[in-house]
Amino acid sequence: MSEPILALDGVVTDIGQYHILKGVSFEVPRGQVTMLLGRNGVGKTTTLRTIMGLWPARAGRILLDGEDIARAPVSNRAGQGVGFVPEDMGIFSDLTVEENMILAARSGPLDGARRDWLFAAFPPLRTFWRSEAGNLSGGQKQMLSIARAMAEERRLYLIDEPTKGLAPAIVSTMVGALRELKAQGASILMVEQNFSVARALGDRVVVMDDGVVVWTGTMAELAADTARQERLMGLSVEAH
Amino acid sequence: MSAAPDHTPTFARLSLADRLSLSAPYLLVPALVAIGFLVIGAPSSWLTLTVSGLAMGMMIFIMASGLTLVFGLMDIINFGHGAFISLGAFMGVSVLFWLSSWTGAPSLVLNVAAVLLAILAAMVFTGAIGWAFERVIVRPVYGSHLKQILITVGGLIVLEQAIHVVWGAEEIYLNRPEALRGSITFGNSALERYRILAVVIGLAIFVAMRLVLRRTKIGLIVRAGVQNGEMVEALGYRLKLVFIGVFIAGSALAGLGGVMWALYEQVITAGMGESMMILIFIVVIIGGLGSIEGAFIGAILVGLLQNYVAFLEPKVALISNIGLMTAILLWRPQGMMPVVKAK
Ligand SMILES: Nc1ncnc2c1ncn2[C@@H]1O[C@H](COP(=O)(O)OP(=O)(O)OP(=O)(O)O)[C@@H](O)[C@H]1O
Ligand SMILES: [Mg+2]
Repeated sequence: MSEPILALDGVVTDIGQYHILKGVSFEVPRGQVTMLLGRNGVGKTTTLRTIMGLWPARAGRILLDGEDIARAPVSNRAGQGVGFVPEDMGIFSDLTVEENMILAARSGPLDGARRDWLFAAFPPLRTFWRSEAGNLSGGQKQMLSIARAMAEERRLYLIDEPTKGLAPAIVSTMVGALRELKAQGASILMVEQNFSVARALGDRVVVMDDGVVVWTGTMAELAADTARQERLMGLSVEAH
Repeated sequence: MSAAPDHTPTFARLSLADRLSLSAPYLLVPALVAIGFLVIGAPSSWLTLTVSGLAMGMMIFIMASGLTLVFGLMDIINFGHGAFISLGAFMGVSVLFWLSSWTGAPSLVLNVAAVLLAILAAMVFTGAIGWAFERVIVRPVYGSHLKQILITVGGLIVLEQAIHVVWGAEEIYLNRPEALRGSITFGNSALERYRILAVVIGLAIFVAMRLVLRRTKIGLIVRAGVQNGEMVEALGYRLKLVFIGVFIAGSALAGLGGVMWALYEQVITAGMGESMMILIFIVVIIGGLGSIEGAFIGAILVGLLQNYVAFLEPKVALISNIGLMTAILLWRPQGMMPVVKAK
């Protein structure tokens, strides 16, 4: 197999005086969806934010296509093609949906075909194109946040809990859109608490606990082994 | 660059109550003007006071606009801002003295040219000082409000002392150029020409800032950055660079405000900017941190109230503005039009 799009090697992150990531190492293969799973508070969001540069890594390497970006400024990482959907969605609520998308397409105007594709995947974005993003519902904001990451082709997508707090109908819209993204060969690292969503989209799995990676494998392996799911994540397919 | 929606959005349409609450801050201005009319009684005094209140408000807005964006973008408290006002005034007044043959000539063109040159010199000067101030004083103290307050107050003192060294410790008196003196009469009220000009300049600056903030990509980045700077960076923009640009522009505007204030008061002192800072902070706070529209309305309210109350009961003029701030914060604790998320 080719070189992974992203590799973390012994990444250590402190927040204030707390040691949150205690040497995280894993790989994200190119053109696949890697699910980052684990109980609440184990450091999944911190891992994504560290990759993006929003928390500084105190030690370790973060290799994007083999190049260490662990000390690069946030904007450079974005400029190198890392798209980010934060846990809190990070919507600019005083800006319109259109203005949010204009900012997301950094290298030039949003191209028409891509916009039509996003409109098809997320119809409310078309409806509320000229409205202030702050007036959108939670699900619509989540769609906008993901659409922003998709406004340009990215080398790697970091997506934090895209289905958090969403009604089932909207979850399936979301899964549909992410499936399309996956079908285009995108490389994705995604945190997802809803195991059925994780199973529907994931190729590979990285499980964290207390600031370190405790298991990696394929989604098929994990899905087939409920005992392992319970042990690693305190969840079972039945319960979710 | 984009197609209109297929059908009209209905979901996001605002109710009457929502719209009232959104426009409520704008309604405060006519409300205050109407109350002033009722309380003052004499229409001619009321008109004169209203025009000087608006003029004062516009100048305060120009001085406050940079500060509110700097606050909003980087969460920086800059007490040194007052020094940029004074420096602008001294630089501008120096240029006016230097061009005294133009300002004394009974020629509108020469008068205006002298004032424009004075403004240009002041803005370039305070912009440059602002750039240096950001590098040397502000940059080392990102993220710590206490250090920011201490070191920017220190910077303020140093710059004020520098004014004493360069221009002397005495206050400097000046006369407005011929063309900006005198009043026009409107009904029974005498309206000073200069105040009307100040209102026009203030409005022009406000409209220009709004256009830049709403219609340009850099403006979008600034507005987005005020709300969520992290996300702006995560979309690939270097917020620090944008911030430095805003800091320089805000310092230059403070310099412009300083020149305008100097021509208004016709006397300048090294401490003039510092003494404006109370009103400027009140404006930034009641407007809502990071909001240009909020600062604009807040400045007009402060200017009007200051003038009305100074006429009715001179002793309570400043207290009245602190009262205004208290009332607005009780109504909206984040200010009238907050854009910064509570941190
Ligand atoms: N800003 C912060 N300041 C202090 N501690 C933080 C901060 N952000 C996160 N933490 C701590 O870091 C640890 C990991 O948090 P993180 O958000 O990465 O967990 P997570 O795996 O994403 O959890 P969840 O599933 O609940 O989203 C937690 O103990 C959390 O309390
Ligand atoms: Mg999380």
